[in-house]
Amino acid sequence: MSATFAGKGGVTGRFAGTVGGFALDADFRLEPRGITALSGPSGAGKTTLLRCIAGLTRLSGRLVVGDEIWQDERTFLAPHRRPVGVVFQEPSLLSHLSVRGNLLYGARRSTAKAEIGLDDTVDLLGLGPLLGRAPANLSGGERQRVALGRALLSQPRLLLMDEPLSSLDAGAKAEILPYLERLHRALEIPALYISHDAGEIARLADHVLLMDAGKVSPGGAVERGELAALSAEQRDGLALAALRAGLAPQL
Amino acid sequence: MIIRRRNLLGVAVLVALVSGAGASWAADTQVAVAANFTDPAKEIATAFKAQTGHTASLTFGSSGEFYAQIAHGAPYEVFLSADADRPRKAEQDGLGVAGSRFTYAVGRLALYSTTPGLAVDGGAVLANGKFEKLAIADPAAAPYGAAAVQTMKKLGVYDRVRGRIVTGTSISQTYQFVQTGAAELGFVAWSQVITQAAGSRWLVPSREHDPIEQQAILLQAGARSPAAKAFLAFLKSPAAVAIIRKYGYEAR
Amino acid sequence: MAEVIWTTLRLAGVTTVLLLLVATPIAWWLARQRSWWKEVVTALTTLPIILPPSVLGFYLLIAIAPQSPLMGLLHPFGIRTLAFTFEGLVIGSMVYSLPFAVQPIRNAFEAMGARPMEVAATLRASPLDAFFTVAMPLARRGFLGAAVQVFAHTVGEFGVVLMIGGGVPGKTEVISVRMYRLVESLQYGDAHRLAAGVVVFSFAGLLAALLIERRADRKLR
Repeated sequence: MSATFAGKGGVTGRFAGTVGGFALDADFRLEPRGITALSGPSGAGKTTLLRCIAGLTRLSGRLVVGDEIWQDERTFLAPHRRPVGVVFQEPSLLSHLSVRGNLLYGARRSTAKAEIGLDDTVDLLGLGPLLGRAPANLSGGERQRVALGRALLSQPRLLLMDEPLSSLDAGAKAEILPYLERLHRALEIPALYISHDAGEIARLADHVLLMDAGKVSPGGAVERGELAALSAEQRDGLALAALRAGLAPQL
Repeated sequence: MIIRRRNLLGVAVLVALVSGAGASWAADTQVAVAANFTDPAKEIATAFKAQTGHTASLTFGSSGEFYAQIAHGAPYEVFLSADADRPRKAEQDGLGVAGSRFTYAVGRLALYSTTPGLAVDGGAVLANGKFEKLAIADPAAAPYGAAAVQTMKKLGVYDRVRGRIVTGTSISQTYQFVQTGAAELGFVAWSQVITQAAGSRWLVPSREHDPIEQQAILLQAGARSPAAKAFLAFLKSPAAVAIIRKYGYEAR
Repeated sequence: MAEVIWTTLRLAGVTTVLLLLVATPIAWWLARQRSWWKEVVTALTTLPIILPPSVLGFYLLIAIAPQSPLMGLLHPFGIRTLAFTFEGLVIGSMVYSLPFAVQPIRNAFEAMGARPMEVAATLRASPLDAFFTVAMPLARRGFLGAAVQVFAHTVGEFGVVLMIGGGVPGKTEVISVRMYRLVESLQYGDAHRLAAGVVVFSFAGLLAALLIERRADRKLR
């Protein structure tokens, strides 16, 4: 892998407010590098938080990516002005464009220096044979790989993935996981990865955030390597929170 | 159950029909009436009912459409056309009863404007040309339109105003063009403006154009209908003629 | 006869192009708006279907006649009246066919859902950019359907054009008016020939539109 998917800094954010009767009050931090898993029961507000970060849902709060303010009391960058790559739960490819058209849609519009090239992305995700095809003729796993490549090629400063594997069957999941692992090694920007699945998190995540009832659990940010440094009490609390969140903790 | 109910209904209708007919020997006749004759026809039908007990069921519409319908078997018994051509053709084509055709009304042409003082006697405005649009009925389809063209030719203004003519497909549409102000002037039927107090009008002398004959004819469907024949006879009676004249037509 | 056909095609073509331009933002707004009062706008844009053409034509005639307050606004620009003009006929046809343009486009926008526009936004496309490069291509069936319906509807329109056009040869006399006149003046032979021509032409046109649509669908396979 010759390409580096470089980043410039971490992400800190806080959002508070109500969307459709659901109250969110989330305070979080993403490391400058590596994948942070966001886990928690359904309805905990994970997708809402992701949408707030992308600017697709507007709640009051503050979001700083590296040294740039994307949102505060005075600022609200529109979604298309945020260099963020989003992979939705369903692949959401643009059906009127070929695979190549989808991959290049964001790349052509990005104002950042092109650090992530088409060839590298195609190599990384094994998209070569698919380039000329229409989204309608791809398998679920192939579509999600294209969606991932498309997000990367938009030269994001931050990558957001909303349960990208949950719409796939077991076979497709097994097919795409190796690609995600390769991405994980090559990725040098912060990434947020929403998932219920402990196995996926164990394979992909460097850090874990837990979310419940609109709040990111206090002390829920864990780095696996630092588990030993935690007190027994902290570990138990964390395991309990993880269990409540429907996640099997690998502590 | 359903069948039985239908039978009951049928019996009821039959009883009603028989008793109704038996009570007065009155009958019903279907009359197709040119739309421009709507108001006098209604009054005539009322007088007809009062005098004979027969009912004339009137349908109003365009004479050309009526002709097409009659040619394809529409069950009208009497046809009151807005012109003489269609009844003549109906007689020739055997749709009407030979010898039953006659002129029931002669229309008078009027130059009309909603602007006071514009459409004055002699139609001077046509010569001096102080207007943008002049509405007439389609000369090919409506006798009022043909009469309007004849009048303008006779006045020697036709070539001058030609480019400003807009045509309505019927005399009632032509009247609407003028009434809405979309056209300042129009050749309309005298019967349309006889009760209009506002605006200005010139009753075009009959010598300026061929008579605008509206003819009636007994159709084949009514050949054996006493009510249809009675209606046509009534149309020639002094009572009917008085009504026709009141509405701005001439009648013999 | 050629003049009448040319006037008809010109009217239908101009009406179709202009109406798509007008209907697209309305359809977009209706597809995205959630408040209850968008139904007021829906009802307004659907009204022309309910009103009989002759009634609609009558009101349009009043609206574009010299005395109307609407025309009063145009007097400073040297326009006194639009009655009996080609421009007036275009406006009348646009009003009459508005529902036939708005509804298919709106349905297509609604069927698309919110997601493609969100995807485009996360790929740096501004709302306008995304509208042209995502929403419009995805709604192409709706646009094609609207164009075919408006064109066909305008060619077949009679009541409105009769009322506000005045049948001025070369300007406002269209096929349907000519056909009506031929029937009214008992010239059935010419009427039959014109009607047959229109039916054949329309069938060919509709078939072509459907085949184009089919091909557009197949292109991406």
